[in-house]
Amino acid sequence: MTRKIRVLVAKPGLDGHDRGAKVVAAALRDAGMEVIYTGLHQTPEMVVAAALQEDVDAIGLSVHSGAHLTLFRKVLGLMRDKGLNDVLLTGGGIIPQKDRDALSAEGVGRLFGPGTPLKDLAEYITTEVANRRPLV
Amino acid sequence: MTPSELAAGVMSGDRRILARALSIVERGGGAAEGFLDALWPRPGTARRIGVTGPPGAGKSSLVNVLVREARLRGLSVAVLAIDPSSPFSGGALLGDRVRMVEHALDAGVFIRSQASRLALGGLAETTYDMVEVLDAGGFDLVIVETVGVGQSELEIVRLADMTAIVLAPAMGDMVQAMKSGIVEIGDIVVVNKGDLPGAAQFRDEIVAAFGMTVEAGGVSRVDSVVLVSAATGDGVPALLERIRSTSPEVVELRRRGSALRRLDMAVASALAGLRQCEEATRLLHDFAPKVQAGRLPIRVAVRDIVVAALRSRPEGGLR
Ligand SMILES: Nc1nc2c(ncn2[C@@H]2O[C@H](COP(=O)(O)OP(=O)(O)O)[C@@H](O)[C@H]2O)c(=O)[nH]1
Ligand SMILES: [Mg+2]
Repeated sequence: MTRKIRVLVAKPGLDGHDRGAKVVAAALRDAGMEVIYTGLHQTPEMVVAAALQEDVDAIGLSVHSGAHLTLFRKVLGLMRDKGLNDVLLTGGGIIPQKDRDALSAEGVGRLFGPGTPLKDLAEYITTEVANRRPLV
Repeated sequence: MTPSELAAGVMSGDRRILARALSIVERGGGAAEGFLDALWPRPGTARRIGVTGPPGAGKSSLVNVLVREARLRGLSVAVLAIDPSSPFSGGALLGDRVRMVEHALDAGVFIRSQASRLALGGLAETTYDMVEVLDAGGFDLVIVETVGVGQSELEIVRLADMTAIVLAPAMGDMVQAMKSGIVEIGDIVVVNKGDLPGAAQFRDEIVAAFGMTVEAGGVSRVDSVVLVSAATGDGVPALLERIRSTSPEVVELRRRGSALRRLDMAVASALAGLRQCEEATRLLHDFAPKVQAGRLPIRVAVRDIVVAALRSRPEGGLR
């Protein structure tokens, strides 16, 4: 029997609403995952501390503030500091292709633009997590 | 990591290892048992507190302020927050942390969310073991938050040293709360949202209703009803004191009761596992025609099946 995938969904940064993050969280739940939702205004430190305590397989960040380069880099750096090397960091927002390429070269997973079918996100997380942390 | 390395890591206070160990226990099976055995004899000394009540009563908010109070007193706290799994997808949306973000960066606080994984059963057993692991992690308090509906949640509450039932006036329906039976199993009824109009009156209704329960010879453990507000913090210091002042004798009694329940649950799962083992199933089919034909007394068949199942020590049986 395969185990449940645990994902932390967070909305870092200062921008206002978390509707998008909640929709993503619900979609991942509907795809059979256990989603830990931490809410708005999370600092990178808070995100990584929660990910560690929850022993998640993946962290999904919703970033619409334009600060994606800083935020993803900071979170990834903290994940490495804490030894969360087998945890997938992914997410979404309005992120130009060249920034996605840059982040992916540094070790961030795929980043999804607005309007991506949520099914694709769930499939991506499932596949990618299976590569990092055995599901059976 | 070997089970004993894992156990040593948990006991040394390594939070990453603690988090991993909780996942292993949650998943169950041989790995969980190997680890739990390595953790023995039980090292922890935490006070175990159950917080339950209907959705929206303010359990997570109350836990948040209880943790705040505990931290002011220098106590370290682990929180296990349980929410139901979706019966449709088997997934879960676990949002209790949202109410507790103020503790996100406090090294003296460890918060873990758990989905009830309805279909898999055994929630109370798993939760009990996870509490043992958190206890071994060296916390002064372990708080378990669970929605007060359903048998397995009630079972979880029975495993705590003491339990607060959280109700709120806005949810109104006290009759419902009484009917569901959750009120009877608590030690304290907490009327939360004391900042809202009608809260004090609601408290009085509960007090009156409790009088009735006790008069009717009910087995209520509840000996107090307190009014608090998680929003303003009113009444919370007193509540924490009330929780902490549970006498060692009462705690000892609870521990004995919960050990009995835990053991009983474990025996029940072991027996269920035995029944499902291949050898037992094979013999069942083998013996049935013989019993039917009157060639094999049923008691002999039962004995042979049980003995064979025990000998075969199946995966999922007596591990
Ligand atoms: N006015 C008021 N609202 C509260 C209080 N405690 C919690 N709430 C609100 O009640 C709702 C449910 O709270 P939550 O802690 O998530 O409840 P739970 O489902 O029992 O864990 C949230 O909107 C809280 O802000 C309180 O003391 N006063
Ligand atoms: Mg809650």
